[in-house]
Amino acid sequence: MAMQSSDVNLKQEELLNQQYRQSIGWNGKTLKEMREETDRLTAQSGYYAGLRELEFKQSEPIRYEKIFSKLRGGLVHARETAKRVAASPIVEQEGELCFTLYTPEGDSIVTSTGIIIHVGTMGSAIKYMVNHNYEENPGIEPGDIFCNNDCHIGNVHPCDVHTIVPIFWAGEVIGWVGGVTHVIDTGATGPGSMTVGPVTRYDDGYQIACRKIGHDDMLFQDWLIESQRSVRTTKYWLLDERTRIAGCHMIRDLVLGVIAEEGVDTYKHFSREVIEEGRRGLINRIKAMTIPGRYRQVGFVDVPYRHEDVEVPPYAKVDTIMHAPSEIVIDRSGKMSLDFDGSSRWGWHSYNATPVSFTSGIWVMMTQTLIPNDRINDGAYYATQFNLPYGSWMNPDDIRTAHSYAWHFLVTGWSPLWRGLSRAYFARGYLEEVNSGNANTSNWLQGGGYNQYDEMHAVNSFEAAAEGTGASAVKDGLDNAAAIWNPEGDMGDMEIWEYAEPLLYLGRNSKPNTGGFGKYRGGNGYETLRMVWGAKDWTMFFMGNGYVSSDCGMMGGYPAATGYRFEAHHTDLAERFAKQLSFPRGGDPRPAEKVYEKDLKADVKRDKQAITTEAIFENYDLYLNYLRGGPGFGDPLERRPQDVEKDLNGNYLLPEFALKVYGVVFQQEKNGHYRVDVEQTAAKRLEMRRERLQRGRPTHEWMREERGRILKDQASTQVRHMYATSFELSERFLQEFRDFWDLPEDWNLYEKDLDMPTFGSHHRAVNSNKIV
Amino acid sequence: MAKYDKATIEELIDGTIDFFQLKEMLSSFKDPGRFDTYLEILQERVPWEDRILLPYSLHLYVVQKSNGQRIIKCDCGHEFCEAHDNWKLHALIHVRETDEKLQVLYPELLAPDPQWQVIREYYCPGCASQLEVESVTPWYPVLHDFDPDIDGFYEEWLGRPVPQPSGKSR
Repeated sequence: MAMQSSDVNLKQEELLNQQYRQSIGWNGKTLKEMREETDRLTAQSGYYAGLRELEFKQSEPIRYEKIFSKLRGGLVHARETAKRVAASPIVEQEGELCFTLYTPEGDSIVTSTGIIIHVGTMGSAIKYMVNHNYEENPGIEPGDIFCNNDCHIGNVHPCDVHTIVPIFWAGEVIGWVGGVTHVIDTGATGPGSMTVGPVTRYDDGYQIACRKIGHDDMLFQDWLIESQRSVRTTKYWLLDERTRIAGCHMIRDLVLGVIAEEGVDTYKHFSREVIEEGRRGLINRIKAMTIPGRYRQVGFVDVPYRHEDVEVPPYAKVDTIMHAPSEIVIDRSGKMSLDFDGSSRWGWHSYNATPVSFTSGIWVMMTQTLIPNDRINDGAYYATQFNLPYGSWMNPDDIRTAHSYAWHFLVTGWSPLWRGLSRAYFARGYLEEVNSGNANTSNWLQGGGYNQYDEMHAVNSFEAAAEGTGASAVKDGLDNAAAIWNPEGDMGDMEIWEYAEPLLYLGRNSKPNTGGFGKYRGGNGYETLRMVWGAKDWTMFFMGNGYVSSDCGMMGGYPAATGYRFEAHHTDLAERFAKQLSFPRGGDPRPAEKVYEKDLKADVKRDKQAITTEAIFENYDLYLNYLRGGPGFGDPLERRPQDVEKDLNGNYLLPEFALKVYGVVFQQEKNGHYRVDVEQTAAKRLEMRRERLQRGRPTHEWMREERGRILKDQASTQVRHMYATSFELSERFLQEFRDFWDLPEDWNLYEKDLDMPTFGSHHRAVNSNKIV
Repeated sequence: MAKYDKATIEELIDGTIDFFQLKEMLSSFKDPGRFDTYLEILQERVPWEDRILLPYSLHLYVVQKSNGQRIIKCDCGHEFCEAHDNWKLHALIHVRETDEKLQVLYPELLAPDPQWQVIREYYCPGCASQLEVESVTPWYPVLHDFDPDIDGFYEEWLGRPVPQPSGKSR
């Protein structure tokens, strides 16, 4: 077929366009060239982008601060305004959203409040687009809208959906703005945003890998149709997306306004300096608050998948324990390194994490302790060195991994870091900053089906945003107050949850004894008893720690209580309501006493299996949502007797434990009030100290016995499985283990020798190339 | 820059500080003089003469003996070990590795399952204070929680030499 002259002209014009097209980076560079240059300058100099001096900040400090305040204030304002667009209570009630401003090459400059774990995740997605030549294909133009939720590219778990918008000025990308919300459902194998059941990426729900979803500020129709057909909660998905776009566009307007006022060169310079200032800020803060040295700690959490109520493929039927040893080294220059050598391998469950969830997400915790200010950006990342072992749960060497509830492991792995830093604060005298650790942020009440409005629906109660907090060195932890992943935690209003979920409240109570005991006790958790009402084809499941406590106490304090589950099916509640008979209400303070069952005939499950997959729930079935407590600080025998009296009278402590653990002698008066006897308490505590000396054994003596148990393989399969996967990944950890227990040089423990599936553990060669 | 008097820091140590003052302290910039005030109070309170170089943990201190040796010492006077050693290896231990022992601390179903996790309590052989609790899997090596770089802290961060025993100089 002959080519027409107009076609030839068009072709030539395209070629010329490509040949002479100005790149969209600064000064004629491509974004990829900018990325390479920034990395090179930073690596060569040790300062972000080679900035040895903060010239702008030093020469014009007021103007510098004014720009920062405008941007930071604008981002917070955009978040507060945009969240009103959302209908999802996760976003609207709990504030599970965040906006961040980035450089053209994807480094974060300033972030809003909220789930600031994402300060770097969206940056990771931007870097991915930069490094994969999105500039050429699909092209990056003013008004474009991109979306990502792929964990291996840059995310924590798929339910955190990113909207990313480029900001152009005079033909150059001046930066990017990203917005993230935690959506209710991602269309995974089970309903709910952090579902239990996925064991691979392909079960984890809708995966969007840095996709262009709009142009000219409009979403593509094919995207709108496909995305809404891919998730269960269409309405919430749509409004969440509009929330993110609204916020991004508000921030884009803000940045363009700042540039119009201050000049583009000033903005460019500011955006570099503020990151270097963030890097120096962390180092200064470390020097002001800590002690150089080495801090070691560890976290564990259970993965009990051999239970009959966990329906997963046969290769995933593994009982194991997540192992997160960590070493913080603070050197004399104030630089901090975080080393997780010895961590256990990734697994066929949905609790795996990605490196960016560590390098970015750790700041959601650090802003509550080490850098409690508004200068959160990638500067802190550049000031910190991470070792996240390849092949471990935090850096999987296999793209198949599932991540829907990465927080099960992240919370457990990070909380000990806070404890480690608290040793430094304690030594320095900043006792007010000490925190014994954090609650395991569960249970997650999740499920789905047809709701009370006959709509297809999924639920994911964020009551978990209000757990007990850890005790400090000067006061008790807060009861039912916060969660490590959202500094602005809130349990939400019952009325809103009843509106959003076909689950009526039969009780909402503080749960005694769930905070760890100590001189200062951990904050207690709470529990809500829910009855299914108005639902059809409804399923629910449990997600939390059950067999273990996922944190230690500190300096003599105890860890928080562990989890358990209560669910009741085929109940006689309809009949009881009709006959106006008593029915279960309120709390479940002593789980083994089965208080609910006294007013109920039903098939009840009440046990330590706090992780389950979907079970059918009919109307009138019951589900107990128990939110955990925080760890304690200091020897319980040093708790002030009057504080124990307050605990008793406030129903924060079961009376029998006042004597057993605190050594407090008390009486209950006729009006029900508890009164502590201070003199008898002092005598009882002396007696308890004598008992300690009698039962305590020299540690070296006990170690000889424990060594014998190791040599005889005397530990449960799940414990040995944990060690086997850690040993396999780290010769260093194995050697340290051998050295500590004085084991023979050839001693080892192999996964293949355990009675457990080893699927996925033999293909190192296939998986040896790092995932790109 | 914030500055607090000795009485305020004593209230902080004793846990009697007013809540609103504590809140203000948390929200303010840190007072660089805190360490010295803190050290002075702790030194006054211990019943022995050895110089405290660093508060190590609740009841425990890194102290300097008259011969220059640095050791970890309890406020009751019990001396554990050299400062870089793990004091827990020189303590008394009690391991809760059965349901019965764990349910002294937690109601049934709220306690760890000993097939998954045990609780180790470390006591001072002198005063029987419970100094640390570990919740770990069986077989776990005893954690060496903290190994401070005392020389680096004094010389490079505080900008002064580590205090020496009287009559000695560096």
